[in-house]
Amino acid sequence: MVSIVYAAPTSIQDAVELLADNAMPANVLAGGTDLLIQTRAQAGSAESRLFVDVKKIKGMSSANMTPQGLELGPSISCAEFTARDDIRALYPGLVEAAGLIGSTQIQGRASLGGNLCNSSPAADTIPALIVNSAQCVIVGTQGERRVTVEDFVTGVGSNCMHQGELLKLIFVPTPVARTSDAYLRFIPRSEMDIAVVGAGVSVTLDASGSCQAARVSIGAVAPRALLVPEAAAALIGTSLDAAALTAAASAASAAAKPISDKRGTAEYRQHVVGVLVKRATLIAADRVKP
Amino acid sequence: MSAKSMSTESMSAKGSSSVTVNLKVNNKAVTETCAANTTLDELLREQLGLSGTHIGCDTSQCGSCTVHFDGRAVKACTLLVAQCEGAEITTIEGLGTADNLHPMQAAFRECHGLQCGFCTPGMIMAAVDLVHQEETLDEQKIRKGLEGNICRCTGYHNIVRAVATAAKKMRN
Ligand code: FES
Ligand code: FES
Repeated sequence: MVSIVYAAPTSIQDAVELLADNAMPANVLAGGTDLLIQTRAQAGSAESRLFVDVKKIKGMSSANMTPQGLELGPSISCAEFTARDDIRALYPGLVEAAGLIGSTQIQGRASLGGNLCNSSPAADTIPALIVNSAQCVIVGTQGERRVTVEDFVTGVGSNCMHQGELLKLIFVPTPVARTSDAYLRFIPRSEMDIAVVGAGVSVTLDASGSCQAARVSIGAVAPRALLVPEAAAALIGTSLDAAALTAAASAASAAAKPISDKRGTAEYRQHVVGVLVKRATLIAADRVKP
Repeated sequence: MSAKSMSTESMSAKGSSSVTVNLKVNNKAVTETCAANTTLDELLREQLGLSGTHIGCDTSQCGSCTVHFDGRAVKACTLLVAQCEGAEITTIEGLGTADNLHPMQAAFRECHGLQCGFCTPGMIMAAVDLVHQEETLDEQKIRKGLEGNICRCTGYHNIVRAVATAAKKMRN
């Protein structure tokens, strides 16, 4: 492995100062399940890297439910997150997305913020965060700013954070009444694989079952997860009948810009993303409490 | 700068290429100073001589390096020693002894849950955590719980039987 300079600051401010220092390339270390693999793959590089371990900072690994929404410490592990019944009750789709990342051993270390900041096009939690209108609170030497998750990721493995900035909090607003979500991914194996296609859907239904609001996000079919307003528009105002689902599926397929690789061809992904959007919509609708 | 001349304070404030870490391994207090890029599996195998933790892939895929970190299964190949400050680590050596096997170890022997044995320490550590986490276990839950552990030999059937057998004993 390349040589590492390790720092474990106990405050956000110290972490930001360390990250802003230009002396060497710096990485934020949370669980390390992506970062350590990537760093090891760079063996042979003579340059040292600074790892800023943020797990010693108070609040970075906690999850607080407030009346406004969920305040999520980015370095909370997937295992802790998925074990929280209060979170599952409001955001079942987000919890199922977090539960899909890696095996049990990885779940205990991997974090939601890490999945987001690693910014893989196939990251499972990103479409699920997007449909829940989640926001990133980013702190730097100049102060704080908020960015929606759909604008946070900018490309394959890249995001809007500058050197010296740290993801401090993920805020997930409380859904309005009669709202629920779902996330589905397709992988060729049964477990331990990377999404070939992912789809998250959130729907709000009125008492008669008519769709009042919807958000649709698709993953692994473009350089970054996409919010697809056209697919949501196809659902809103309908009873989620077959015609509406087909229209939403077509809109998702049209928005997808997939590549062909060993996991699947572009045509295949384009088709499957529509299928998953349909299925996730029905699951989310089914979860809306009467 | 030599590893020893760097104090813990300066390490955490500014960052350092060597770290001094206090942790517990199999219930024994350990203080180790090592390069910051040292992984837990290296500490266990090379510094502490605990070679029961096996290295299969070294990239988080096979699970043969599974140990317990504060009671939960983790992959030691993908964890820095620096991340283990204050942690309680349990390895296969800390689970039972040759004369007094842990029920999971005994069940792997009884059920022929191993052939070459390379994956076995990791399987056993993952399985013990699984039994602790789940109130009830069926075949499907066992297979799902062990998805992070790969076995080249057995075809998994006897491993699943062994875990189910041990789970019963551990709950009694
Ligand atoms: S050696 Fe750690 S998972 Fe394979
Ligand atoms: S017994 Fe040989 S790898 Fe599992």
